[in-house]
Amino acid sequence: MELIKLIGILIVIVGFAFKLDSILIIFISAVTTALVGGLGVEGLLDVLGTNFVANRNMAIFIMILLVTGTLERNGLREAAASLIQKIKGVTAGKLICVYGIMRAFFGAFNINFGGVTGFVRPVVLPMAEGAVEAEGHDVNEEHLEEIKGMASAMDNISWFFFQVLFVGGSGGLLVQSTLESLGYQVSLIDLVKVEIPVALIALIIASIYFIIRDKQLCKKYYGSSSSSKNKSTKK
Amino acid sequence: MLAFFMDPSLDIWTKLLEVVYIIIGLITIYAGIKNLLDKENPARIGTAVFWCSFGIVCALGKWLPSKVSGLLVIIMIIPAIFKRVKPGKVNAPKKEYTEKQFEKIGYKLFIPALCMGFMSIIFALLNVSSLVGITVGVFVSMFLLFLYSKDNKPKVFLDDSERFLSAMGPLCMLPQLLGALGGIFTQAGVGDVIAGLVQKIVPEGNVNIGIIVFAIGMALFTMIMGNAFAAITVMTVGIGAPCVLAYGADPVVVGMIALTCGFCGTLLTPMAANFNIVPVVILDMKKRFGVIKNQVFIAITMLIIQIIYMILLK
Repeated sequence: MELIKLIGILIVIVGFAFKLDSILIIFISAVTTALVGGLGVEGLLDVLGTNFVANRNMAIFIMILLVTGTLERNGLREAAASLIQKIKGVTAGKLICVYGIMRAFFGAFNINFGGVTGFVRPVVLPMAEGAVEAEGHDVNEEHLEEIKGMASAMDNISWFFFQVLFVGGSGGLLVQSTLESLGYQVSLIDLVKVEIPVALIALIIASIYFIIRDKQLCKKYYGSSSSSKNKSTKK
Repeated sequence: MLAFFMDPSLDIWTKLLEVVYIIIGLITIYAGIKNLLDKENPARIGTAVFWCSFGIVCALGKWLPSKVSGLLVIIMIIPAIFKRVKPGKVNAPKKEYTEKQFEKIGYKLFIPALCMGFMSIIFALLNVSSLVGITVGVFVSMFLLFLYSKDNKPKVFLDDSERFLSAMGPLCMLPQLLGALGGIFTQAGVGDVIAGLVQKIVPEGNVNIGIIVFAIGMALFTMIMGNAFAAITVMTVGIGAPCVLAYGADPVVVGMIALTCGFCGTLLTPMAANFNIVPVVILDMKKRFGVIKNQVFIAITMLIIQIIYMILLK
């Protein structure tokens, strides 16, 4: 009958998988786990209160919001756009990598200037199309579809692996507090340190992969001769 | 409360951390009251109840009896569950304004932007609370922004933070609620039960197999649930602790890398719609899996690399 204690975990897994309201799932899971564990109503309030207060550190993002919106108001997105627009004469694949590196760097400082909606669509994509045209080709529709896919993928990869490098980001805080409830004390900076090599490897692999992939796509859609010809005319 | 701040036996960082929570509480209470008074908000009371009760727990959590905090958490959750937490009037900056500001301020805007990250690292390296460091960074950043442009008055910062809080809505509490849930699981003995089950499958004491199961499990569970944060909570309690950490593996390495193994799962699943499906719509792509397809190779490679990394560093 010990197995009944797992019902809370089952609720979370099934609830998230079926896209039910996330907060409702967590609430039901917490209530069920507490009741199955024989805590009763008072015990539930006690455990819920203690654990929620113990996890207050995850609210630090609210402190950061105090400047996030005002940075945007003062032109942070425009500054980032103007920075990447300094990059000229690269292929679409290399441009995506430059964007990935920029996204990664700012991600590590917990700065988000818009992701796909706010930055890739209005800034990176037009630049990528411009890059293809600068090579002397009309943008092939299927190539464009792949550029969109690669740019979004780069955006995700950079953001995921580098946002955890911010000391005080939600990911590290959640790991820290989960480990603490299990009796392991770890510091945020140590968590970040082990993640640095992983993040760099992810960025390097993604950059190489997308540059090679874009080169192959160019060859496929525009032929091999034109790209080499273009390179020689550039010199 | 006063006694706490006057107590000479407590160090300054412990006290400052409570000040941080009080400031955060005041920010959300401001958001709650602003929405209560906002005639354009379709759910004024629910929104106010949500942000204000969070603000009270956050600011006073140290002093409230835990049962009272628990009750406040439930009061906070109710309007969220009934979808009665909504944004009100949105006062987003106009494009002409942000462009004008950038022309005026220029690239030095990056200084206040990077300030919080620098401060949190410096404070962490000095071995004091990086959360206090972030807060110091935020205040330096606000001061710089005020120097750059006199438009940036305290009310602008507060209103802009409210704008972002309201746009994120109750889901921004997800990590904290999941963290609390993890604590409840542990206290109810969930980990012990799973450990008993898993030990029948994983040979006792074989840390390497434990790591492989934990890492792949994180990726798979994240794919099913669409959320690595939810997965790390249940998986660390369920598999990480009993099958890997219990045998002496380094909790820093295994605990943290497991999260990014989960992110590999996020890269592979349409369940993480925000990252993998929404861009398809926003960029007007034809193939629904056009983003995921470009992530498969990297996600799987990174999962393998991270497993090796954990085994080497454990």
